[in-house]
Amino acid sequence: MKEVKLDGFWLPRSGSTLAPEIDFGWNVAMWLSIFFFVGIIGALVIFVMKYKRRSENDVTSTVDHNLPIEITWTVIPSVLCVLLFLVGFKGFIHAQVAPAGAMEINVTAQRWSWLFTYANGVEKDNMLVVPKGKPVRLIMSSRDVLHSLYIPEFRVKTDLVPGNYTTLWFEATEAGETTLFCTEYCGMSHSDMLAHVKVLEPAEFEKWLSEEASAKAKGLPPEELGKNLYTGKGCNACHSLDGTPGAGPSFKGLFGKEETLADGTTAKVDENYLRESILTPAAKLVKGFPPVMPTFQGQLKDEDVAGLIAFIKAQK
Amino acid sequence: MAETAASHAHAPAHAEGTNYLNAQKGLMSWLTTVDHKRIGVMYLISTLVAFGLGGTFALLVRLELLGPKKDFLTADQYNQAFTLHGAIMVFLFIIPAVPGALANFVLPIMIGAKDVAFPKLNLASLYVYWAGAIICLSAVLTGGIDTGWTFYTPYSTVTSTSVISMTFGVFVLGFSSIFTGLNFIVTLHKLRVPGMSWFNMPLFLWATYATSVIQIMATPVLAITLVLLIAERAFGLGIFDPTLGGDPVLFQHFFWFYSHPAVYIMILPGMGIVSELIAVHARRRVFGYHAIAYSSIALALLGFLVWGHHMFVAGQSELAGVIFSFLTFFVAIPSGVKVFNWLATLWGGSIAFTTPMFYALSFLFLFTIGGLTGVFLGILSVDIHLHDTYFVVAHFHYVMMGGTVMAFLGGLYHWWPKITGRLYNDGLGKLACIIIFVGFNMTFFTQFILGSRGMPRRYYNYLDQYQPLHAFSTYGSWVLGAGFLLSLFVLMTSLRSGAKAPANPWGGASLEWHTQSPPVTENFPGTVEVKHGPYDFNAEGTK
Repeated sequence: MKEVKLDGFWLPRSGSTLAPEIDFGWNVAMWLSIFFFVGIIGALVIFVMKYKRRSENDVTSTVDHNLPIEITWTVIPSVLCVLLFLVGFKGFIHAQVAPAGAMEINVTAQRWSWLFTYANGVEKDNMLVVPKGKPVRLIMSSRDVLHSLYIPEFRVKTDLVPGNYTTLWFEATEAGETTLFCTEYCGMSHSDMLAHVKVLEPAEFEKWLSEEASAKAKGLPPEELGKNLYTGKGCNACHSLDGTPGAGPSFKGLFGKEETLADGTTAKVDENYLRESILTPAAKLVKGFPPVMPTFQGQLKDEDVAGLIAFIKAQK
Repeated sequence: MAETAASHAHAPAHAEGTNYLNAQKGLMSWLTTVDHKRIGVMYLISTLVAFGLGGTFALLVRLELLGPKKDFLTADQYNQAFTLHGAIMVFLFIIPAVPGALANFVLPIMIGAKDVAFPKLNLASLYVYWAGAIICLSAVLTGGIDTGWTFYTPYSTVTSTSVISMTFGVFVLGFSSIFTGLNFIVTLHKLRVPGMSWFNMPLFLWATYATSVIQIMATPVLAITLVLLIAERAFGLGIFDPTLGGDPVLFQHFFWFYSHPAVYIMILPGMGIVSELIAVHARRRVFGYHAIAYSSIALALLGFLVWGHHMFVAGQSELAGVIFSFLTFFVAIPSGVKVFNWLATLWGGSIAFTTPMFYALSFLFLFTIGGLTGVFLGILSVDIHLHDTYFVVAHFHYVMMGGTVMAFLGGLYHWWPKITGRLYNDGLGKLACIIIFVGFNMTFFTQFILGSRGMPRRYYNYLDQYQPLHAFSTYGSWVLGAGFLLSLFVLMTSLRSGAKAPANPWGGASLEWHTQSPPVTENFPGTVEVKHGPYDFNAEGTK
């Protein structure tokens, strides 16, 4: 995954038209905080040095109120708070209302992968490709639990709620790549639920989108299709290719193996076993692994399943 | 520096050396006691055990985050570790610790009462706490729990871990909290000695009163929410799960309707302690007594109106987000007023560099950072970027640990001579405080930087670019752990080798310093008279 590029000490690079306004709010809060922190801690240090106990018979002040001072330190922060609210309000409304004519992309999240669907039917797993300089609106939902889509360089974040659509929008300002995170805890591989974000020049984007559309029409050889699905559907989060067991068995040398199941019986890993395990993962669980795999019923077409089987067969 | 409480006590009815600790002997005398002081001590031991357990899980979480990918825990174990850290610290330590242990011990003495209004209910609350704790921890043995302490649906409906035992345990713990709150409210209304008006009470009691109001009003909402969650998991009743026709965001509304006020259950008692520490150890009449007292009540009430600020990006309506942001800024005001009043109380004082004062000053430093960073999160637009990142984790640790835990330790060191009758090694006590302060900032200031740079929370694995900061934070957690161990060592060794504590080691003016250390079972040997206010340090008998 690409690193999140920074701009200065605190914040990521400003990669969308929303970022400057949010960063303005950050800067206002930062300078106010520094002002109050220095004032409060400065006073604390001075008082502690000046009024440290000299003797047991120190006579201490009995001043216990001072109305003008108390009004001042209540009213000034209140006014500042209203101003801060307004700064946040403006930026928030800007981020909530997408410009008319924004390009729409559907986002479907599932443990632990992202699916981006374009208007022409192109589907990309764990890769969001967008044009530079054009507003993009994401229409998002989840298939299972809560997720949250977060692109630090764009300063956007919104939860994905099953049974509901949420939206966000942004306009990328520079071509390049960055990372998208899931920021609502969603279980075992939550921290691996990342996606590439690619910002292309508008002409390049159009070219990419039509190429993807024709590649989709043509179809890929099964093993290559399987390979794409392996990373695209997030199989790689749990099933390694090098023999190390993850949350599920490694694919290395899996095909043809005799597995012991959780109920003590055994099963031979053949085409039917693999198909069943993809579509009904809990049916024949291999011993020693937790029952955490979601079903892919309804998300994979027959040729996708065949492609995955071909890919698994190739992992000798 | 101290005199005994002779001016307040007439006709001592006890033999020399008798106190609440040695008045009766044997385990059964403790388990069946209705003495608020003994119940407070048992609460203290129980909550400190919980703190140790929750802290151990925190150290495990930090250790795993030393490097990206797997260091020594699996993803599942890591998810369970941070869930248990949060759940134990919130429900078994920070909510019950100050009310159950410290307020239980000092509240009746501070108002000149012999006990709380319902001593048996007080003991019942401890037993309910123990029962709840056992049910919660049984979840660890029966499959663990990996939902995070917030139990968000639908994850908590579908995970295979022991959500029911944990949430049922929290449900039971809620009653312990309600019993304590109820007891304190009635006690403060009915059992103040003649002459102790509301505005003659130490400020710790105002804070405790405000806390009790929240405990009674908010906790039932959590209980109902958890029952609904259990019903959904156990019987498939569709409340929160969209596949059953429910609404997952509804759970968040219910949960934060309790849990945001609960944040004030956690911090208000700490604020109350700090008011005592600063006044007594600077021997200075509190500046703005009324403002501090009323701001506690204001926080308790305003705390009910801001739950939606946990959900700015959760899919609630924009209008709701805007209203909650506006209200949230007004919670900042009472907290700010308190900080200014504490500062003004240091002005013109006679500041003693005791261990409790060290904790009070640490509190002021850390709570100021915690409060100011809360402002970042209250700004709607900035919250979009910071929500669910390490910035939030750092913010609430600055408030909860830098605030409440520092105040709790300060209070423990402040009242330790009263509770145990022993003085501790003040130099080592201060050293421990300094180590905790340094370790805390190493651990958590780093997390502000991680968060602002985009590092999401609850991540087992992370991008390589975040590794140096994560490692530094982990080193900080070791310093922090060492500080706590030293702090515990100081207290434990005082029990064996500490000098006998006088009745009033700090020159305090409130009533608990006008009875012997440790007090007799009835708190005061004779009748109690209120001769001066809790902060009249220049009055006779306090110097």
